Amino acid sequence: MKFTWFHLMPWPHMPDDFRQKYRSVWVDLPNRMYQPELGHGIYHQYLDQLEYAESVGFDGIGVNEHHANAYGLMPSPNIMAATLTRRTSKAALVVLGNSIALYNPPLRVAEEFAMLDVLSGGRLVAGFPVGTSMDTNYAYGTIPALTREKYAEAHELIRKAWTADEPFAFNGRYTKLRYVNCWPKPIQRPAPPIFIPGGGSVETYDFCLDNTYSYSYLSYSGYLRAKLLMDGYWKRVAERKVDESPYRAGFAQVICVADTDAEAERLYGPHISYFYNRCLHVYPGFADAPGYRTIKTIQTGALSQFTQSGRDYPNMTWKDLTENRYVVAGSPETVRQQMEELIKSLRVGNVFCLLHIGDMPDDKVRHSTKLFAEKVMPHLRNLWPDWNNHDDRFWVHPMSERLPMRVAAE
Amino acid sequence: MKSRLITLKPSGARIEVVEAGEGRDLLFLHGAGGHLLDDPLLAALSRRYHLVAPLLPGYGRSTGEDGLRDMLDITLHALDVMQKLDLRKPIMVGHSMGGMIAAEMAAIAHTEITKLCLIAPAGLWNDDDPVVDIFSKLPYELPALLFHDAELGRKLMTAGAGNMDDPEFLKQFLVANARRLGMAGKILFPIPDRGLAQRLYRITARTVLIWGKEDALIPVSYGDAFRKAIPDAKLVKIDKAGHAVGQEKPAAVLKAIREFF
Repeated sequence: MKFTWFHLMPWPHMPDDFRQKYRSVWVDLPNRMYQPELGHGIYHQYLDQLEYAESVGFDGIGVNEHHANAYGLMPSPNIMAATLTRRTSKAALVVLGNSIALYNPPLRVAEEFAMLDVLSGGRLVAGFPVGTSMDTNYAYGTIPALTREKYAEAHELIRKAWTADEPFAFNGRYTKLRYVNCWPKPIQRPAPPIFIPGGGSVETYDFCLDNTYSYSYLSYSGYLRAKLLMDGYWKRVAERKVDESPYRAGFAQVICVADTDAEAERLYGPHISYFYNRCLHVYPGFADAPGYRTIKTIQTGALSQFTQSGRDYPNMTWKDLTENRYVVAGSPETVRQQMEELIKSLRVGNVFCLLHIGDMPDDKVRHSTKLFAEKVMPHLRNLWPDWNNHDDRFWVHPMSERLPMRVAAE
Repeated sequence: MKSRLITLKPSGARIEVVEAGEGRDLLFLHGAGGHLLDDPLLAALSRRYHLVAPLLPGYGRSTGEDGLRDMLDITLHALDVMQKLDLRKPIMVGHSMGGMIAAEMAAIAHTEITKLCLIAPAGLWNDDDPVVDIFSKLPYELPALLFHDAELGRKLMTAGAGNMDDPEFLKQFLVANARRLGMAGKILFPIPDRGLAQRLYRITARTVLIWGKEDALIPVSYGDAFRKAIPDAKLVKIDKAGHAVGQEKPAAVLKAIREFF
């Protein structure tokens, strides 16, 4: 098993009446709410938490890209990952990822990911999301119906740029470059391991299988609701007659660990409420621009993490959220049992652990993280013995002799 | 109203064409919402003209949307359809997105388009009076945005299909809406400006612009902007009508067209 400690980096100062006052946490939330001087401390606290996660033994530390929102304050996850390259030495840097259709030219992603791979000595996991509709269409203006074609072309360019040893011409529909010449190039050859966030479309299953990429389902409605979608993925894997390595898949889960189940509710209840009611308060009109999803995907009823049907977060109690496993919370033993069920039922080799939630203060983040690392994670390490608990194709290959650096984690 | 399918070469795209009435040829290009069931404007036009109303790929039974990506693709597509239908110098009428396409056609092929009627066309942008973002609107918000009389709008938009509170209708609506607005987004998203302003001077057609005075989507100030930019243009403003002025006041729109041409 590979455990990645994942940070969303939300704005933790949304007011109590946020839902009443604002229609959306994304796209049109006035940025007068953002206070840069407070942001200074918050960014550094969040980065410290990612470094702490390495020091307690997480395999990876994760960041991602979002725009025009208070849900996740990393328009450029690469800047965050760059700081982490100098303060960590062991953990994989899971950048999940860069929305490759948004870069002009997308070669920028090939270059920056190569920089991160070189800086980190080959510890980069490269994520290539399409991006949410809020980010991609509304905040960055990409035409919804052309987003996927643009994405496919960007992907082709990036992979070629990493592979080629000499300059080449790229005559795409959206990007035309007479001289593609990616300096630097990544340490990991031919490419860092690549993770694709997906939301249930068959096209994405096939894209992952065709390219040996790991399929990452990022959902906030927990592993019970994810079963149907992940079963669809594994069914496709079987149909395609490729091996069933659990490392072909990953899942994101909100997790809270305390000494007892009751203590978990007391410690984390308010922050869970902040996350589900403020961070996920997306105006439905921004969640899914017409044309963003393929007709086939709409017809199969697959929905993105922000358009979950039947969600009613304002009226969901801690009990609702934990019993239905939106949130895995409780004592180390409770969390261990549920995580084992998650890992086995979804057949995932990667778990993206969301242990900072909403407006959770630093001491609680570290408490929950430490309990998970010390009392839960060791018991989950050996769940895929047939695969020796590792799959070389879906994890990083750091260079053997790296420059010694004084790092935070040591 | 009857419709038939034509096939374009070399793409193989199938285009649904609604055709009705007798008289002079009138080619009608619909807006981003497509045709309504029992569309009052199409009914009115077909009483006086030989109405020919093709559906853009992504609408109705028309296919081939993947091959159309930008303004030039779509403008040339519409000219191809006109040629395939063997229409020579028809009265060219376009509503909203269809007006934008018709204006582009008239700017590019100005010897072929000599009679032009633009009903609340898209295609221009003014920072001081922005066009509303229709793409982020929820289905139930649309009638009030498009019609001065929201209740009438709601009836027309859901005719024969159910209502906006019915989940099954809503699902069908979302699929059709994604297909239609996905296509429309290629020229309207995120801002409905693809450079038309710098081409309007080329239009030589006699042009009548028709606008609902209460247009909440593309404010009537855009009517004045079009009138100033097109060499031979007149603007007719219609009372108590919103963006869907043709559906809301079909008789008044028909009258304006008949008086002008």
